[in-house]
Amino acid sequence: MSPGRRLMSFRDFDWALLGMVTLLCTISVLEIYSATLHTKYIGFHTKQIYWIAGGVIAMFIFSKIDYHKLIDWVPWAFGVSLVSLVAVKLVGTKVLGARRWVKIGPMHFQPSEWVKLILILAVARYFANLGGRSLTWKDIAKSFALVGLPMMLVLVQPDMGTALTYTPILIAGLFLGGINLRQGLILMICGSFLIAGVWTSGKILKPYQKARLTSFINPDDDPKGSGYQIRQSLIAVGSGGVWGKGAAKGTQTQGDFLPIPHADFIFAAFSEEHGFVGAVFVLLLYFFILMRLIQNAQTAADLPGSLIIMGIVAVLTFQIAVNVGMVIGFMPVTGIPLPLMSYGGSSVLFTFLALGVAMNIRMRRFVN
Amino acid sequence: MNFERVTRGEKLSTVKATAVQYAILALMLALTAGLWRLQVLGAENFKALAEQNRIRKVPVLAARGKLFDRENRLIVDNYPSVSCFLVREQNRNVDADLPLIARGLHLDVEQLRATLRRFRAAPGYQPIPIKQDVTADEQAFIEAHRNELPELETIEGERRLYPRDGFASHVIGYVGEVSEEDLNQTRYAAYEPGDVVGKGGIEEMYDQLLRGQDGSRDVIVDSHGREVGYLGTQHAQPGKELRLTIDNDLQRAAELALGNRNGAIVAMDPRNGEILALVSRPSFDPNAFAVRIDRSEWNKLITDPDHPLMNKAIQAQLAPGSTFKILMSVAGLQEGIAQDLKVTCSGGWGPYGFYHHCDEKHGAVDIHNAIPFSCDTYFYQLGDRLGINKIAQYATQFGYGQKTGIDLPGEQAGLMPSAQWLMKNYHRRWYPDETLDVAIGQGAVEATPLQLARIIGGIASGGHLVRPHLVFPDQLPAEFRKDLLETLPGSGEVNIPIDPENWNVITDGMAEVTQPGYFHTAGSAHLEGIDLAGKTGTAQLMSHEALGRTNKGHNTRPNVWFVGLTPRRNPELVVAVLWQNGEFSYYPARLGARVVSAYVEKQRRLAHNLMPPKTPAARPVEVGAVWTTPGATTADTARLHAGRFFVGDAGVISQSRAASLSRPASKLASPMQGRQTHLPSQLGIAVPIKPWKAN
Repeated sequence: MSPGRRLMSFRDFDWALLGMVTLLCTISVLEIYSATLHTKYIGFHTKQIYWIAGGVIAMFIFSKIDYHKLIDWVPWAFGVSLVSLVAVKLVGTKVLGARRWVKIGPMHFQPSEWVKLILILAVARYFANLGGRSLTWKDIAKSFALVGLPMMLVLVQPDMGTALTYTPILIAGLFLGGINLRQGLILMICGSFLIAGVWTSGKILKPYQKARLTSFINPDDDPKGSGYQIRQSLIAVGSGGVWGKGAAKGTQTQGDFLPIPHADFIFAAFSEEHGFVGAVFVLLLYFFILMRLIQNAQTAADLPGSLIIMGIVAVLTFQIAVNVGMVIGFMPVTGIPLPLMSYGGSSVLFTFLALGVAMNIRMRRFVN
Repeated sequence: MNFERVTRGEKLSTVKATAVQYAILALMLALTAGLWRLQVLGAENFKALAEQNRIRKVPVLAARGKLFDRENRLIVDNYPSVSCFLVREQNRNVDADLPLIARGLHLDVEQLRATLRRFRAAPGYQPIPIKQDVTADEQAFIEAHRNELPELETIEGERRLYPRDGFASHVIGYVGEVSEEDLNQTRYAAYEPGDVVGKGGIEEMYDQLLRGQDGSRDVIVDSHGREVGYLGTQHAQPGKELRLTIDNDLQRAAELALGNRNGAIVAMDPRNGEILALVSRPSFDPNAFAVRIDRSEWNKLITDPDHPLMNKAIQAQLAPGSTFKILMSVAGLQEGIAQDLKVTCSGGWGPYGFYHHCDEKHGAVDIHNAIPFSCDTYFYQLGDRLGINKIAQYATQFGYGQKTGIDLPGEQAGLMPSAQWLMKNYHRRWYPDETLDVAIGQGAVEATPLQLARIIGGIASGGHLVRPHLVFPDQLPAEFRKDLLETLPGSGEVNIPIDPENWNVITDGMAEVTQPGYFHTAGSAHLEGIDLAGKTGTAQLMSHEALGRTNKGHNTRPNVWFVGLTPRRNPELVVAVLWQNGEFSYYPARLGARVVSAYVEKQRRLAHNLMPPKTPAARPVEVGAVWTTPGATTADTARLHAGRFFVGDAGVISQSRAASLSRPASKLASPMQGRQTHLPSQLGIAVPIKPWKAN
């Protein structure tokens, strides 16, 4: 028996975090039930329960695996990820014009989801290995390549939403890994130019992608396409008022005006039925979950542990910001799910696996 | 929160971790602010939008008010019909479905697209009517394609059913979809695209009353337009039924009389202005408009040189010809000129260098035979003496050159020239020679058949002129009636006293017109036993000289008129007949006579068929009588009887005393004795004794 095993116990498991996550998952299941009540997706809440159960089990299993081992395995996993992303492009199931899914047995997987977790580990490993010294431009370039390669593969699926979720991993790694102010500013300026260049070149972004990215500013420009989704989402959220219309009573949700109310727009459905009070409650839950994770990062035994948790925080924060921002008209429609709320096996599994890793890091905070 | 300090090994920078925490806090606050903006500040607005999303108003169409004739016989009915609507879904593009829809509903794709374009600006929940009067097989098509074409919806309503063969079509008008130009007008402000409105005739004039108020069924729908709930129904208010002054029998008689001749007939009661019949030819079938008229049919209607859509009874402005001489006679007599005017007609007159023809050489003519002869020479001279200003003054007073104010759209005013009119419009002086043309109803004078009916009917009524109308005004709401009178300014109801002496002269002259007699212009329209008065008119389109030079084609023939009245004074009926290019004026006189006789015959028939008037029965009178047995030849049977009777309205009521004066003594009762009812009348020597005291 290793000393680590002896010192690690479920007494150190983060029960508070798990409690908040469970509460959020309960809300999620109830809202999926309500939102799918009159649609062909009826019964998805039970599926979601299975996913959550599977996720919780996976979380416990992962919380038992030493994250250092995970870091050791990461180069292999990274390689497998790249292969799977290439595979999905070649043999994946085509849904709505994009190849994102691989079918394994009866289940469909979206490799791009769990590539996220591997990327978090890889970035943490990379920056931890640098040992906290000041970053050279070469280090930065290497980190860009590390994230950029899988990102490109996801972009060509095409799945812009998931590809974008990889960027906060890199940004968090750079920020916490020791980038200095001057380098940060230069990168930001370069990034701005790059975005402007991509936008104006007219070749990289497809017109529908551009339309989706701008329609949130003025939904009436495109009332039939993504503008319609934004518009219906705003109506749903706004008409919820302070107290909401009541569970399963949202006219936008029940009348099928709100697009995909159990997945990408679940926050709109929830806000319609439970009002400002309910929405703020959920935001508060997210806030406490993130704060708890950051605390875990700070108490982690070593830098890789901290970086891994901060990478998770970065991804979750990004997803919350983009999804809720989309629902309330601050952000374009990108198809990024709301973690722990949106229906979807891949997303649930990723979140719980990530939480499992975080748990492991917390449980090992006194081990070295 | 409790931030533990970690000291072992390389560790996360606390400053950076804190920065991340604040960044997350800021993000959460931003999102909360966004929620506040939507859910607290914008709640009302978004709630309204959500309602708009889910509630669809399915129209419930109001039945249009039916039209009845004066005896409450149905003229315009409704029949149940199914319309097809296209319901726009917000996230469904129907363009791809249009060819299929067009095929199934037998529509033109381009036409369908044009319909959709017209509704582009309408609110999304408003269904677009794409086809009225869907047939059974088209309905089956819609049912069979419910899944592929969920945007199609059928609504049951009522449609207009007009009489066949264009019966009274110019009175009724027709209905059709409101046009875009109409929608821009203020009077159509309350209408929406796709609404059915009256066009022409009573349908247009009384549209506001006839159309009723459409209701709606408010249903809850999902984003696919599927009904998932029901909120309530606002019931449609059916339109008002209207009773017209038209008499179906007389209308039919007038339609038959005019046949397919190009012209018009108006029959009016000059005592109150009720139009009993109004026909214009050629006619059209209003049923063709009830759905959506075929383009080719429409083109045929509007390019027809005889103008089927024109209501000639109120819109044909033509020279009244000799019918104008009635007005001339009124002016001449009232001014005291005509009484003493004696003229020798030698075929024309021309004091100003131009010779004006008369049709005949009438010889000695005065006012009494000038009207039946229609002697132009007489009226040239009368007109010359009166002068244009006096003529214009009288003509205007009686309503020439003004609308009558009939409750039909598009009435024309005609024209009465005068010296001022000429100066104003042509900037030259009036030459006395021109008065001669006006005096016989030519020159610039123009009138419509309805005007002539009103004017000549009014003159025959001793100067009581009425406002013609087609709808009994007592059915109309006061407000509507007021608006109607204001929007239709006409010469209206006026009294212009005519000297009774003059009145007799003119009406007697008009009665002579239809009497058989040499030079009488409408002798062939004579009706035995009917007091038909009238005046013919022939309005030449070209001068005699010009006519001689042309081929005598159809459209160079003169327009001919007849205005008939019965009885001659205080007439019950005035009929104006116009036959364009009819050539001889006794032709329309015969048509007019047919209408008049139809009227009189109906009145007589009614008088016999109706229950006797309910006047209180006269008191029975006791009479005494003596009589013999009728048919008795031998002295033996020739006995003298006597008796007393009570006689009432219905004949002998009872015998008060038995026959007492029978000689020889009546052992054998007379066979007639029990049936005294006939007896007094046979002898005719009933002597009233005293009134019977009853009650």
